[in-house]
Amino acid sequence: MPKEYRTIQEVAGPLMLVRDVEGVTYNELGEIKLANGETRRCRVLEISGSDALVQLFENSAGINLDEGRVIFLGHGIELGVSEDMLGRVFDGMGNPIDSGLAIIPEKRLDINGVPMNPTARDYPEEFIQTGISAIDGLNTLVRGQKLPVFSASGLPHANLAAQIARQSKVLGTDTEFAVVFAAVGITFEESNFFVEDFTRTGAIEHSVLFINLANDPAIERIATPRIALTAAEYLAFDLGMHVLVIITDITNYADALREVSAARKEVPGRRGYPGYMYTDLACMYERAGRLQGKDGSITFIPILTMPEDDKTHPIPDLTGYITEGQIILSRELYRKNLSPPIDVLPSLSRLKDKGIGKNKTREDHANTMNQLFAAYARGKEAKELMVILGEAALTDIDKLYAKFSDEFEKQYVSQGYNTNRSIEETLNLGWKLLSILPRSELKRIKDEYIDLYYGK
Amino acid sequence: MENSVGIIKKVSGPLVVAGGMRSANMFDVVHVSKHRLIGEIIEMHGDLASIQVYEETSGLGPGEEVLSLGSPLSVELGPGLMSNIYDGIQRPLDAIKAKIGTNLERGIQVPSLDRESKWKFVPSKKLGDKVVGGDVIGTVQETEIIVHKIMVPHGCDGEITGLEEGEFTVTEKIGTVKKTDGKIQNLTLMQEWPVRKGRPYKEKLPPDIPLISGQRIIDTLFPIAKGGVAAIPGPFGSGKTVVQHQLAKWADADIIVYIGCGERGNEMTDVLLEFPEILDPKTGKSLMERTVLIANTSDMPVAAREASVYTGITIAEYYRDMGYSVALLADSTSRWAEALREMSGRLEEMPGEEGYPAYLASRLASFYERAGRVITAGTEERQGVLSVIGAVSPPGGDISEPVSQATLRIVKVFWSLDSALAYRRHFPAINWLNSYSLYLDSMQDWFEKNIAKDWTDLRLKIMYLLQEEAELDEIVKLVGIDALGPNDRMKLEASRSIREDYLHQDAFHEIDTFSSTKRQYLMLNLIAAYYDLSVKALERGIKINQLIDLPVRERIGRFKYVTEDEIQKEFESVNAQLQKEIGDFSSVEEE
Repeated sequence: MPKEYRTIQEVAGPLMLVRDVEGVTYNELGEIKLANGETRRCRVLEISGSDALVQLFENSAGINLDEGRVIFLGHGIELGVSEDMLGRVFDGMGNPIDSGLAIIPEKRLDINGVPMNPTARDYPEEFIQTGISAIDGLNTLVRGQKLPVFSASGLPHANLAAQIARQSKVLGTDTEFAVVFAAVGITFEESNFFVEDFTRTGAIEHSVLFINLANDPAIERIATPRIALTAAEYLAFDLGMHVLVIITDITNYADALREVSAARKEVPGRRGYPGYMYTDLACMYERAGRLQGKDGSITFIPILTMPEDDKTHPIPDLTGYITEGQIILSRELYRKNLSPPIDVLPSLSRLKDKGIGKNKTREDHANTMNQLFAAYARGKEAKELMVILGEAALTDIDKLYAKFSDEFEKQYVSQGYNTNRSIEETLNLGWKLLSILPRSELKRIKDEYIDLYYGK
Repeated sequence: MENSVGIIKKVSGPLVVAGGMRSANMFDVVHVSKHRLIGEIIEMHGDLASIQVYEETSGLGPGEEVLSLGSPLSVELGPGLMSNIYDGIQRPLDAIKAKIGTNLERGIQVPSLDRESKWKFVPSKKLGDKVVGGDVIGTVQETEIIVHKIMVPHGCDGEITGLEEGEFTVTEKIGTVKKTDGKIQNLTLMQEWPVRKGRPYKEKLPPDIPLISGQRIIDTLFPIAKGGVAAIPGPFGSGKTVVQHQLAKWADADIIVYIGCGERGNEMTDVLLEFPEILDPKTGKSLMERTVLIANTSDMPVAAREASVYTGITIAEYYRDMGYSVALLADSTSRWAEALREMSGRLEEMPGEEGYPAYLASRLASFYERAGRVITAGTEERQGVLSVIGAVSPPGGDISEPVSQATLRIVKVFWSLDSALAYRRHFPAINWLNSYSLYLDSMQDWFEKNIAKDWTDLRLKIMYLLQEEAELDEIVKLVGIDALGPNDRMKLEASRSIREDYLHQDAFHEIDTFSSTKRQYLMLNLIAAYYDLSVKALERGIKINQLIDLPVRERIGRFKYVTEDEIQKEFESVNAQLQKEIGDFSSVEEE
């Protein structure tokens, strides 16, 4: 029977100090029993001699220094996992909140996970067809990749994420992705959008949802993404499923991290976020991937909103340094009524080169992709010039580029949230658009492909 | 020599404070708790030692034991390093995988060098020979292309009193030395060296030979010297890692040490899967045969990240001492600096800029200064080279931050990666206006002697055009291209050719990924000839649009994809066509 301590010394913000403890260890999970019978959870942040500094996962209202009792459970935060989790809805700490029965766990896993040995990883290289041209054609997603969506407040990232979850498939297989979805501090409406969408399409049957809404305790958000990833790891590496993890919104997670750090009076890094935020985020993001000898995989799409649409803000910045690319949504394109408003130039998929080409998509994919990028960039430059100097100032070839970029946005990027294009359709559309330009401009494409596809 | 047993007093993340450690030394390696987690003492206060633990500390609490091993953090140096992949404190990841499976549990103990495998040792010294530390006493064929030279450990000067040929494991005795103080010391294939101390050498030489990388913008415009130091700062997505990988693949070095410091796990996997497949153009053997990998991926414990760069550079120095040309690639030094910052914060040190410790700059400087072209220790006057190329990941791509600035004060070559170029998919996205190399002058002789006499002139012409282009672009943005005279428009056209045909290089194209110096020279020649002939043609009254639309330009653009054995023929053919096409204009005009 674990010892009960009635020695709460201080409560300040999300932190609490318990004195005269024995045998308590770093990162251990604790329970606080209030006088009214309520139980709350906490975790050890620092243990110094007989003082334990703990972080609360719920709010501190009602904690009484004399009445409150603390029990340390002798292990970290764990999640009971089972195949029965599919189709269920949980709160941010992994307790069921739908009307179903309690989960009988197959096993209990520490939510912090264990780092993968890089020599045991298998390189992600299986093309995932999302049916979205701006992703499939230009920023290809592969199985086991971590590809975040950088959005901003008011942009339709939820529609895009739902579309990806709905349409994704690996070519030549029928296996559907299991979806692990975690809502981190988002509104009821946004979360409901996903739940409705999953229910409407039947995807809910092979989904696990973890919901921490905006009015749920902020500190709980530190655990929610990890709980979701632990569930995903179990599904992928124990049960051999291909799992798509969508977590929205990482910005709320980082803010919770900052709150704890500030309460501990740590030296802040940029914008008040703790200096260890890179490591902290990395320990989450790196849990995506494939392992040698295991059938399953975790493909991870975290969604974050960039404060002030600023890509250099620490949250998108550190994320971009860890993840394998990013899909960026642009307010400007959104105003132009493009859906999805994906800004393809700063978007990037680092793993695309391994997932495309002969036997994967089509042999001309890499070449056309580069050419489309280069042409669109030049077209945009031409259009900028046109704004300043008028159309007459453009050379004939630049006029063609300007036309190309307009058509590219209209036809290629803006496809709507319900269009599901096969990779063939995407590539052929690319060729159709490139035909606006004269053949001699297509410097990044091998002759043999031009002969085969140009103007056809 | 296990001594000083202490007791944990405090645990805060990777920092553990232990009491009863008075007899331990600063920077001793310790084993923490019953899991025997590896840590290092980084501060002493009376009886209390602050320890940075290289592994996850969850589940540790006061009262558990701490054991000092009485020696500083060291690496094992000997046959078996090559082709291996280690974590930040030189634990072999492959062997760990074989032992415990796909994930990295903590507290695992596996020797760095395999204790079982036998190596065939061939002595090159005989009984009675006088030796000093650093002298080669024999060789082991480590991989198909690397001959591992076994050297006398430092501090072991004397006379050889025994040396045997045969098959040995790394710990078996291969001979003995009678030291000058009369003591007999056993020699083994393996020796140890503390990572935070540079390995000694006799003399440093000035860097005047380029490290050819096969990357056009690097070799032509901003070359790095053998023994030099370079930094690649750039925002995410600008291609730092691809440049590092390209250098690891193609740089003209005998040995590559690649440190993945706080970066993505999949990048290390990529190297592990790809390098064995790629053949080294010089030796025809797989690149892995000459590569050592150090991986501390971003989800691995942060304290070991700090150690990983030292582990890597010590191994690199060891091969340098054998007389090899070694290139060390560190990706990314920013993560190392952040690890320093995290430990500094936990130690409650007064922070310098942006929370980084005040000693950041001096730590960086002493790391980079371990590079160089040297005469190695010992009596044999070998020359060894250690070149260091560090990636920097500045937050938001803004290099005014402390890590970039501290790095720039030290390095001589700066390849500035530019997100605007990356958006346009111009790779390598090295900005030609901001980057620099301070080795240009000292290496000028080499280029003129080994490539071509007019190399420097060509280089200067290219740089001139690119700079002109930047200025002209400003004008074009304000008043439009029509405001430019034909000469200026010609400059823009030539620069476009330099950018798109020459500087742009496709790392994933089977031929374009490596560009020999000969190809570079021929391409430069073609572009320069196009520009020079066009300027002359303009003087004769030829219209600029005719020159822009020359059919031969497409062939110049495709020259980089021509196979290596055909470049001379292709060059002559393209050059002839160029002369003819521009010549034909003149005759039209004269009619």
